[in-house]
Amino acid sequence: MFVRLSAAIAALSLLSSAALAQAAKPTDPQIAHIAYTAGVLDINAAKQALSKASNKEVKAFAQDMVRDHEAVNKQALDLVKKLKVTPEDNDTSKTLSKQAADKLAELNKLKGAEYDKAYVANEVAYHKAVNSALETQLIPSANNAELKSLLQTGLKIFQGHQQHAEQVAAGLK
Amino acid sequence: MLSGRRVVLALALTIFAVPAHAATIQIVMQDLVVAPAEVSAKVGDTIEWVNKDVFAHTATARNGDFDVNLPPKKTVTSVLNKAGTVEYYCRFHPNMKAVLKIAP
Repeated sequence: MFVRLSAAIAALSLLSSAALAQAAKPTDPQIAHIAYTAGVLDINAAKQALSKASNKEVKAFAQDMVRDHEAVNKQALDLVKKLKVTPEDNDTSKTLSKQAADKLAELNKLKGAEYDKAYVANEVAYHKAVNSALETQLIPSANNAELKSLLQTGLKIFQGHQQHAEQVAAGLK
Repeated sequence: MLSGRRVVLALALTIFAVPAHAATIQIVMQDLVVAPAEVSAKVGDTIEWVNKDVFAHTATARNGDFDVNLPPKKTVTSVLNKAGTVEYYCRFHPNMKAVLKIAP
């Protein structure tokens, strides 16, 4: 789904970069909302994995996702409070949430090893898409230095998640 | 008199139990990096593990010699009791890797 999403985002960016480069740039309240939403969605996916996964490594990975994304999101909440910024819902957050809900429903129909593989494969794709959005869109667009720095910490830890997910995926083959 | 002897005895035991040169060595985990990445120590030395991240980490020896849990923003100490060159990593973030060279 996130492959589809990033393709959609890429298509949108092509359109907007031609005509609406400035207008397409997300604001700090929107960036905060997107980053926080992306974390929540991965926590939800991990919680499903904790109840459905059968492989030990996959369960441990899901636990890591809950722990780290909750830690990042707590930092994000503390920061928006400190900066007195109200995260603002936006089309990217909405698209992310819709796609994630569809994927959860799809994964929910799978069982055993099939579920494990599909969950981990999606984690690889998801982190890849989020990292690319952070790198090319969210971090460069962030105005506030503290928000930018938090996004950079997020990028670093999510790149680790992507590699970790790739390792777990390789172990399932 | 008696208590004086006890003190001497206690001192003697202390000297035997803890080698005079036991050191405390600090290893810091910050921004998902272990620093220093390589540390030389001796059996009996204390490692002060400092986790400066908001993330939980572990210092887990690949050979099973130790597995230290490091909660976010906490410092934990552990004493080295076995010699060897030990590669360790964080179970939660396997990219975090380092080496402890423990002399007998």
